[in-house]
Amino acid sequence: MSVKRFLAGLALCLPFAAHAALTLQHWQTPQGARVLFVENHALPMLDIAVGFPAGSARDPAGKPGLATLTHRLLDQGAGGLSDTEIAHRLADVGAVLSGSFDRDRAGASLRTLSSDAEKNAALDVFARVLQKPDFPAAVVAREKKRLIAGIREAEADPGSVADKAFYRALYGAQPYAHDPSGEPAAIETLARADLAAFYRAHYNAPNAVIALIGDVDRAEAERIAARIAAGLPAGKALPPLPKASAAAPETLRIAHASAQSHVLVGTVGVARNDPDFFPLYVGNYVLGGGGFDSRLMHEVRDKRGYAYSAYSYFMPMGEAGPFQLGLQTRTDQTDAALKVAVDTLRAFVADGPTDAELAQAKANLTGGFPLRIDSNRKILEYLSLIGFYRLPLDYLDTWTAKVDAVDVAAVKAAFARKLDPDRLTTVVVGAGAR
Amino acid sequence: MRSLWAILLVATAAGAQAGVTDVTLDNGMRVIVQADHRAPVMVSQVWYRAGSIDEFNGTTGVAHVLEHMMFKGTKDVPAGEFSKRIAAAGGRENAFTSRDHTAYFQQMQKDRLELSMKLEADRMANLVISDESFAKEIQVVMEERRLRTDDQPQAVTYERLMATAYQTHPYRRPIIGWMNDLQSMTAQDARDWYDRWYAPNNATLVVAGDVQSDEVVALAKRYFGPIPARPLPARKPQIEVEQIGDKRIVVKAPAKLPYLLMAWHAPVLRDWQTDTEPYALQILAGVLSGNDSARLQKSLVKTRQIAVDASAGYDGVARGPGLFMIDATPATGQTVAALEKAVRAEIARIQAEGVSAAELARVKAQVIAADVYQRDSLFYQAMQLGEYAIAGLPPEALAQRVEKLRAVTAEQVRDAARKWLIDDRLSVAELDPQPIQQPMRPAAGTGDSHVR
Repeated sequence: MSVKRFLAGLALCLPFAAHAALTLQHWQTPQGARVLFVENHALPMLDIAVGFPAGSARDPAGKPGLATLTHRLLDQGAGGLSDTEIAHRLADVGAVLSGSFDRDRAGASLRTLSSDAEKNAALDVFARVLQKPDFPAAVVAREKKRLIAGIREAEADPGSVADKAFYRALYGAQPYAHDPSGEPAAIETLARADLAAFYRAHYNAPNAVIALIGDVDRAEAERIAARIAAGLPAGKALPPLPKASAAAPETLRIAHASAQSHVLVGTVGVARNDPDFFPLYVGNYVLGGGGFDSRLMHEVRDKRGYAYSAYSYFMPMGEAGPFQLGLQTRTDQTDAALKVAVDTLRAFVADGPTDAELAQAKANLTGGFPLRIDSNRKILEYLSLIGFYRLPLDYLDTWTAKVDAVDVAAVKAAFARKLDPDRLTTVVVGAGAR
Repeated sequence: MRSLWAILLVATAAGAQAGVTDVTLDNGMRVIVQADHRAPVMVSQVWYRAGSIDEFNGTTGVAHVLEHMMFKGTKDVPAGEFSKRIAAAGGRENAFTSRDHTAYFQQMQKDRLELSMKLEADRMANLVISDESFAKEIQVVMEERRLRTDDQPQAVTYERLMATAYQTHPYRRPIIGWMNDLQSMTAQDARDWYDRWYAPNNATLVVAGDVQSDEVVALAKRYFGPIPARPLPARKPQIEVEQIGDKRIVVKAPAKLPYLLMAWHAPVLRDWQTDTEPYALQILAGVLSGNDSARLQKSLVKTRQIAVDASAGYDGVARGPGLFMIDATPATGQTVAALEKAVRAEIARIQAEGVSAAELARVKAQVIAADVYQRDSLFYQAMQLGEYAIAGLPPEALAQRVEKLRAVTAEQVRDAARKWLIDDRLSVAELDPQPIQQPMRPAAGTGDSHVR
């Protein structure tokens, strides 16, 4: 089977509404990598993002930190180039290499000028970084120390402490439980061979999503994607992560020498593909997602001056991600602020939004949709997201219609299914602790 | 370099500053429009030339407090209504206060600019600051200070170093304000600030996006034009006294890792056509830490492994005097003193040997490429225009920025390091970590009863 025929068979073209000129194209490479591409010649530049299911939830048992360390090492020596040669070759052509890492995903992105000399030099380095990381032992040792230093430093930050405790309490034995940065004791024990093995198992073509936007045509995008995919290790698609189940309600109070308490309240929420996603997303705008337009901000900040920031969100992930409500307040008024926030949550779950509130939420979300795709960088994010979570290819085209279709009953029903105010996990990090 | 240069030509011809409109209304309000038709959206920003630089002791933080109060309503648009109307139109909005300015912005679909202007013009002239709303909001601001400064050891270190590096210039005061000044602030302080600075002749409107400049100017005339100009207070120069010997502080704060922050007094751009040092200092910052293996990273982090992080920074666009800064976090087992010595050795090396042609070309390639990349963000384009305007620099200075940076020579970089990175201009802060209480696991099984 020729590559050309294969490509033609899977190609799809979908224009998205706010950008009549831009079209999402999709295909698969012979090795199984999924490619999403938007051709856009408005600026003489090209963005590429390559993502893998290699986030911290894939850390092997007993090795929390292996996934992030592997990801950190990709550009610290690859294909015979040293860390310094990689950094200098990219900078010499003005290219920018960046990484992204969370519980689900590990990714690398390249931004380069689209002129041939610069683009080719940048792509050459990018391909080595993705395909042939060397994991030099001395560099592994160095980066272990830096990773651990970062973890230590975060221990001083009450927000980070709260976040770690929150996920740990919520997810228990499920791999979302541990912090993406890993655990210092485990990181100490990691060796070069661990990284190489993790890389081979996760950074392969069947698991890769390649997103491109910018100043190249379809034929060239195909060549670039084919080149990236062809040089990745052979492998097979990874199984899904273990399911997350709701945690028992619990309240954790952690002492910390800080002026404020950081308060997080939540529960296990929804996965990316959950049919309740849109009602929850739109409803949460009213509860705590709409900034100054939200009930939490109004009750906690505007009315009482308790906090600078008060918010809530559902974070949809590969498996069910968290629902989280958060605020930070002077330690002596922690309980009062917490009560206001939880009362606001209870009232919302019980009664849902008013018609006026829901109309306002929908007006903002749909009216603001063009702002979500007004730059190459933002569109690239969406391409990566759609590819990684296997969202429908018309996700951006149908987004506003799905928001518009949400009604009060749907919000109430979705919140009732996913959020029980009597079974919340609460984390308070601050001076008092008690 | 040849092909990069070709790109630059295309970029300059195709867009950016070629499309800038810059007019001043009869009442003194400046209007700058950057057309960019890539997407059917726009960003509108109103910049006031009033930041913490304009504050007095005893009321530090009032510029930022007023920023908060600007969302608290007018005679015609009650509290909360501004945000509500922008949100209903699909907009995103917020505001930011810096040392040099306070700015308010809305990002919306292109056809909603009129709403944004109508609301901004209203609160430029008709803000109501009630004692009640002030009493609530000042609490919010104190929480913001706790969140962003008091509980962030590196932010505390930065704040204290600024108060040390600057002895007489108002840049010594934190933008958020000293806590005691916030505790003592009154609604009248905020009203006085508003009356003093919120006038069209102290404001610049920047609009970038899928708009026609003549239509933007016509709308600006319609909504902001009727607001009368007011006399503005004289601004005293408050020139920083010359530093006569290095300064050192130790900051003890709850933290896990030590931290080193060094700041040298340095010039900023005043005459953009004849000044050369600010451009040389920007290139110097790039040579020191412009990529993952620039001098500081390569020497301190990768080779000697005396630091886990190190970077240099310099901003040559400001109303007040500048600083060239380096910060670094020591590796485990290393002292701040040893790290400082290593940083100084890197600077001494540049002062003695200069920078290589390859390093210079590398930084310039990054500057040229970044100039293309930043056009991907409307908001950033508008930000740059606003910052230049506030600093008293014309749009041409921005348009010629890349050219000016390309003209910097290796000798100029070396000379700038020799002249400005000397001990008599230096202030050093060391963060000395203090204990953080160990996490205490509470009694299990308490459920969530206490939260109800």
